[in-house]
Amino acid sequence: MGALEAVIAVSIVLFSLGLMAVLTRRDAIFMLIGIEMMLAAGNLNLVAFWHYGPHPEQMTGAMMAIFAMAVAAGETAVGLALILAVYRHRRSTQIDQLNTLKG
Amino acid sequence: MNLLSILPFAVIAAITLAGALAAAALPNLVHAALSLVLAFLGVAAFFFLLGAEFIGLVQVIVYVGAVAVLIVFTILLTRSDSGRPGYMNWGGVPVALAVLAGLLWALSRTALPAGQAGAAAPLTVLGIGQTLMNQYVWPLQAVGVVLTAALVGAVVLVMEEKR
Repeated sequence: MGALEAVIAVSIVLFSLGLMAVLTRRDAIFMLIGIEMMLAAGNLNLVAFWHYGPHPEQMTGAMMAIFAMAVAAGETAVGLALILAVYRHRRSTQIDQLNTLKG
Repeated sequence: MNLLSILPFAVIAAITLAGALAAAALPNLVHAALSLVLAFLGVAAFFFLLGAEFIGLVQVIVYVGAVAVLIVFTILLTRSDSGRPGYMNWGGVPVALAVLAGLLWALSRTALPAGQAGAAAPLTVLGIGQTLMNQYVWPLQAVGVVLTAALVGAVVLVMEEKR
């Protein structure tokens, strides 16, 4: 197993843990934490492929990782603001209690 | 595995995955957020190991410095319904395990390019800045617009409504 495969295996496990956090938790903040873990796993993949790819001097993967980080930071700020806005109305961040639209 | 020596790789991988597992499984929100910081630090150490020092530093500054603090602030601002029993919905675990198995199977079946030791050019801040300002100048402007929109949107979302 080469170094690239090892890094990608770690990234896969990190992504799966984030997915598990998103799918199993009932608290919206926990789901945001899981999304952050999945984004970090994606960034790890981008940097690993940049480092071991055929043209590392073009810095494509590294640039993509930088842009992904910027967008992820904005996503976190908006997500937490949404959670705060929902909490102000419903006094809860548990997503299974947000069932107003349920028929 | 020659470029990455085994020992630091294994230590960093263990720290990262332990932090991620704790963040995914701990019942207490504050504990989970602090475990997330550990996982982020592990990912930043991976970036350093892979020769992307600037991205590792950005990871520490943005995620450990800003995102983790934001999450902890939100946790502290929304604490009236914590400690509810049945905090987990275990139906998601088999789905996550299936995704894990599928991705690992795909990885084992894929022929990846063998990493050339030391082939990667060092990722200097000068090089990043020149690439951002020449080749990626329009994506850079777009990211600026996205961040401005996110900033304004977050402020509008949490603003007190006038009645």
